Amino acid sequence: MNVALFIPCYVDQFYPQVAIATLELLEKYGCDVHFPKNQTCCGQPMANSGFEHLTHGCNELFVENFTGFDYIVCPSGSCTLHIKEHLGDPAITRKCYELTEFLTDVLVVDDLKVKFPYKVGLHQSCHGQRGLKLAQMSELNAPPFSKVERLLNQVEGLELVNLDRKDECCGFGGTFCVAEEALSVRMGQDRLQDHLKNGTQVLTAADMSCLMHMEGIIRREKLPIKVMHLAEILNGSTVEELAV
Amino acid sequence: MKNGRDARTTLMNHAELAENFIKDGERTTWHDETLWFVRKKRDLAAFQLPEWEALREAASQIKHNGLSNMHDYLVAFEEKATANGIKIHWAMDALEHNQIVHSILKENSIAEIIKSKSMLTEECHLNEYLIEHGVDVVDTDLGERIVQLREEKPSHIVLPAIHLKKEDVGETFHKYLGTEKGNKDPQYLTEAARQHLREKFVSRKAALTGVNFAVAETGEFVVCTNEGNADMGAHLADVHIACMGFEKIIPERKHLGVFLRLLARSATGQPITTYSSHFKKPRPGQQMHIVIVDNGRSQQLGREDFRNSLKCIRCGACMNTCPVYRRSGGHSYHSAVAGPIGSILAPNLDMRKNADLPFASTLCGSCSNVCPVKIDIHEQLYKWRQVLVKEGHVPFGKKVAMQAMTFTLSHPGVFKTAGKVGRSMMGLAPFTVSNGLNPWYKQREMPAPPKESFREWFSKNRNGQ
Repeated sequence: MNVALFIPCYVDQFYPQVAIATLELLEKYGCDVHFPKNQTCCGQPMANSGFEHLTHGCNELFVENFTGFDYIVCPSGSCTLHIKEHLGDPAITRKCYELTEFLTDVLVVDDLKVKFPYKVGLHQSCHGQRGLKLAQMSELNAPPFSKVERLLNQVEGLELVNLDRKDECCGFGGTFCVAEEALSVRMGQDRLQDHLKNGTQVLTAADMSCLMHMEGIIRREKLPIKVMHLAEILNGSTVEELAV
Repeated sequence: MKNGRDARTTLMNHAELAENFIKDGERTTWHDETLWFVRKKRDLAAFQLPEWEALREAASQIKHNGLSNMHDYLVAFEEKATANGIKIHWAMDALEHNQIVHSILKENSIAEIIKSKSMLTEECHLNEYLIEHGVDVVDTDLGERIVQLREEKPSHIVLPAIHLKKEDVGETFHKYLGTEKGNKDPQYLTEAARQHLREKFVSRKAALTGVNFAVAETGEFVVCTNEGNADMGAHLADVHIACMGFEKIIPERKHLGVFLRLLARSATGQPITTYSSHFKKPRPGQQMHIVIVDNGRSQQLGREDFRNSLKCIRCGACMNTCPVYRRSGGHSYHSAVAGPIGSILAPNLDMRKNADLPFASTLCGSCSNVCPVKIDIHEQLYKWRQVLVKEGHVPFGKKVAMQAMTFTLSHPGVFKTAGKVGRSMMGLAPFTVSNGLNPWYKQREMPAPPKESFREWFSKNRNGQ
């Protein structure tokens, strides 16, 4: 199947290893993966700031780049959700998948054959969870499920950490992270304390934006947590140096 | 006023007020954990009912019916209530509401009243109005009395003094009620408040209450409290004035079976409020008045995207679950109703003053999930942002930055070049362009710049594409 990689702008620029892991993972499962080169951004930073009316250029560019593929796959719940909710082109959006759900729902991956012998703390990004319904939400009286955990549970040696608050927001929030800097950082610090308290060695998520925010705090405060995107763990990447 | 509305005069926005709140790290932790505890109590209570999600849906639909047929239900309510001996008053805005209340008091030569919790009167600034006109007002809800003594505003619609610790209450009571200095024992302090309020209950001739639900079918209204202060006030007073926004209307009495089950579970995790008092007609010799207030509600009803906000039953669950509210405190919202629901109600009342509030959210969506009447709160926050920008309520710098970002992101060639420069200079990322000083870096490291972008890697490593 023809799969177009939709790589968030900041991942392209700052976290190429996450895009590479996504690409390799999809190739491993037999996808013919393409990277439409003129893609830039989904337009979410503008839209969430109240400038959705300025996103036409981004939208047109998106349609231009991503027409003609069987699937469009993105290693970010937030960017995927934005496209699904705001692009307004069902021919494109119905083919658009976040990486986790593409692995569980389309490729139906049930035997990952990778090892990762660490205590892993999973950060549920809000847009992935409450937006794309990648996992059950703690507020609802409804049966639990988690697409991300279904994949992580296939990884040999991986121990999922139980958090005190399993789906609290990290405080990234797009431009919120600078517009409400103090609050954003405080929210991130609180999330990280939960992970530290419960023994997380490696912090992972299906959204790099949340991780970028928390990694920024980890590095500033020199906290003993490594950060890896879910795609890296699922692709069999190893932890280079684990500061414990 | 030390807090709340007064902050507006200094024009501090939510971000600044939040930053001030967070400076006391320990208190922020305590505030967050206290409200999270309430959220967990709500979960426990809600999850004991297998039909919980169906109840929420039913409540949402009943309110939908109410909002869609507001005119008819209000007319029916007035007719029934009037037949029951209640006097109905209609107020177009806050001022008219305040004038009506004052005129009822004047007619009865009453200059001292007691009042149980009513967020509507906070919205209308009734206390200030009455005090200016020589009427003494005593709030009888314990939390409200505490903040009233401190000349503050409630920081939460259900837990008005949740921003205060027992030490703070001890100091306040020592200063105003003469309790022992340094005594912070909750039982001792509550007893002091009881004695202080008892005298007011017994002596005052008029009692003002809020309204939780007004039943169109019967003309009765229901007031929910845990302290019984609404009942005590109303039962002892010669004049009972109940104030309600028109959205409090529900079609039939049986619908209370849905709302009363949802309200307290959502608010505090209790199965039901300690007192759910039905008022239908004045007792012999008593006057009963209901003031029905619009104050912008018709306008909100006419805004299709925001109409649902009028379904709110003021349980406060969205505040308790909100990761922003828990860490910024209610006063950071500089509005009578704080938190996520306040942030979608306040811009309707004054867009300019409240333009910051819809941005005081990460759009995490937890509020919409706990809402017992299923208001799409986080989606409305997003929609308000679009409205506020179009109406010109956004700082000029942000507008320029957004236009620049749009240009970059709409032009792949520019994006590639900007990316290269940005990576090496640590300047460009969509989340940092809003401010040249880069607030990201204050307490966070920037991502370490890789030597090449993914697109560069891809063209080297996947030839032929």
